[in-house]
Amino acid sequence: MSIAVAGDTTAARRKWDWARVRATLGAWGFLAPAAILVTVFFFIPVIILFVISLTDLSSSNFSEPLHFVWIENYARLFRDRFFPKILLNTVRYVILTLGFFNVGMALVLALLTTHINRRAGFFFRMIWLLPRITPSVVYILMWRRIAHQPPFGILNQLLAPFGVEPRYWLFEQPWLFVILVNGFVGASFGMIIFTSAIESIPRDYIMAAKVDGASTWQVIRDIILPLIRWPLLFVTTYQSLSLLTSFEYILLLTEGGPGLYTTEVWALTAYKRALKTYFGHNQWGYGAAWGFILVLIGLILSIIYLRVFRFNELVEEPKIDVL
Amino acid sequence: MKVELVNLTKRWGNVVGADHITLEIEHGEFVAFLGPSGCGKTTTLLMIAGIYKPTEGLIKFDGKVVNHLAPKDRNIGMVFQSYALYPHMNVLQNIGYPLKLKGVPKQEIRKRVQQVANMMGIGHLLDRKPAQLSGGQQQRVALGRALVKQPDLLLFDEPLSNLDARLRLSMRSEIKRLQLELGITSIYVTHDQVEAMTMADRIAVMKDGKLQAYCPPDELYDRPRTLFIAGFVGNPPMNFINVEVVQEDGEYHARAEGFDLVVPSERGEKAAGRGRVIMGVRPEDVCLADDGIPGEIYVVEPLGRDDLLNVRIGEASIHVLADPTLNLRIGDTVRLRFNTHKVQFFDPQTENSLLWTD
Repeated sequence: MSIAVAGDTTAARRKWDWARVRATLGAWGFLAPAAILVTVFFFIPVIILFVISLTDLSSSNFSEPLHFVWIENYARLFRDRFFPKILLNTVRYVILTLGFFNVGMALVLALLTTHINRRAGFFFRMIWLLPRITPSVVYILMWRRIAHQPPFGILNQLLAPFGVEPRYWLFEQPWLFVILVNGFVGASFGMIIFTSAIESIPRDYIMAAKVDGASTWQVIRDIILPLIRWPLLFVTTYQSLSLLTSFEYILLLTEGGPGLYTTEVWALTAYKRALKTYFGHNQWGYGAAWGFILVLIGLILSIIYLRVFRFNELVEEPKIDVL
Repeated sequence: MKVELVNLTKRWGNVVGADHITLEIEHGEFVAFLGPSGCGKTTTLLMIAGIYKPTEGLIKFDGKVVNHLAPKDRNIGMVFQSYALYPHMNVLQNIGYPLKLKGVPKQEIRKRVQQVANMMGIGHLLDRKPAQLSGGQQQRVALGRALVKQPDLLLFDEPLSNLDARLRLSMRSEIKRLQLELGITSIYVTHDQVEAMTMADRIAVMKDGKLQAYCPPDELYDRPRTLFIAGFVGNPPMNFINVEVVQEDGEYHARAEGFDLVVPSERGEKAAGRGRVIMGVRPEDVCLADDGIPGEIYVVEPLGRDDLLNVRIGEASIHVLADPTLNLRIGDTVRLRFNTHKVQFFDPQTENSLLWTD
């Protein structure tokens, strides 16, 4: 009797399991392409990066078997006397570019171009997209011409009629130009996201606020900004992570200079250590250690953003349409 | 506050939103802008609110031109069809927002919001967000927000369209009562002629951006000046029959195929000798009678209290209200008697009334 009962439940369970597998198969199928991409192009490289960072692999010993030095690369990194400077540079670069341009300027542009004539707004947004679609080498070439040393430099020539002494702007104000160069490219991303968010706010809210007695500034502060809170958080998160790992414009503009490490950021250091030849010597292992820490910082920041900004709510239904 | 519109016009390129609207609204009056979608009633309202700038013409509040004034300087309250409650603010903040903008102290805001909310029956909901309210409650919050700053002019943009039928009925009478009590000049935009008829002191009927008529509801109903008004106002709508009016033996006859009706001479003489004209008669002015004109029932629509019959007489199709206990069926022959003292005549070309033109 009891055996029969046990047999029944087993059969039932087996049947149920099969149904469950079939049900989840579809879900796995849809997840697979993304999962494979993330695995092949993120997780596996990160593991390889970590393994290399534990070795002294370099261009002088790559034909020999891997020689593990364990945490020596990390210890060396923190002992580096330019480590605090590079860390500070990175923080400064991310915060200033993000604050003034990628979020700040983007928001100003989105608000301005949605409050003027539609066509004019479209035109100005197009202009702000130009830096992003210009090849970076050409883009940087133009900036270097603008801030070139006397007797050259477009800026010098423009300022000459006002009695400003010609100077080598890029050398005297390297940070200003690092942030301008990155910001002019970065602002367009937020601008587009914010513009579409602002334009999807139902017109009735704006009209109601105006009738309630709000000035344009009060409408922006009390209605528009709270309603585009989610796009704001998204752009802040996304852009701070992408700034953290970007270095190409700095490399092309100042190479981290002028002088020692003046504008060198973390990602640029990792690149230089690992891939840029110092007297024909690539320190792949040491560079990997710099790179791996950057990955860790990025991951930790992502988790903080996900928690603090409640990203799971962001990816739910759009908040703007809730009446 | 007295409101005057003088030749008020709004154009976007070739598109005309409102076309030379001229009317006056007396202090404390409740006026409805009535018309189908796209007739320019909301455009006109938004110009009065200051959201749209008029292309031409004047808007005067108490004799003062306000064309250049921003919405915030006009002291108006407005209720939107979508309610437009700010989703990130709770009820207290929503209703209190106009006061906050005026710089009223926090304690005072709280007190006045509570007062208005109690009057609207939502005093217990101040902490809720709009998404946590029912449609009727949201409507009350929107009304409260419009009233809290004691406006000189209240604007309603189809405020009841999103409510269910029963709630619409009760809100209708509530808004009317509130307006009477507070005595605030009000403009009410609607496409629902019943709302306009029941609530307004005067109705401005609009079509294609033009003002068709501006008069009290009963005049609109009894003396429609155009074919459009006659067909738009009243439910079920007025019947239209193509007839020719002729004078015979001192009597005026309205004639069509299978149809001969003697009409009073003061109405008949204005339509006679014009060839084909359009005769209008409301369903409630037609009844079943043994001595009437015979016709065949084409459709029977039970409305509960009445049956709405569609009766064919020749080429004409006429709606009649009938007692449901008569158990009339499709195909039955009935006889119709017309209340000829209420018939209307319209020119088929100009679509203007032949009876009520100046």
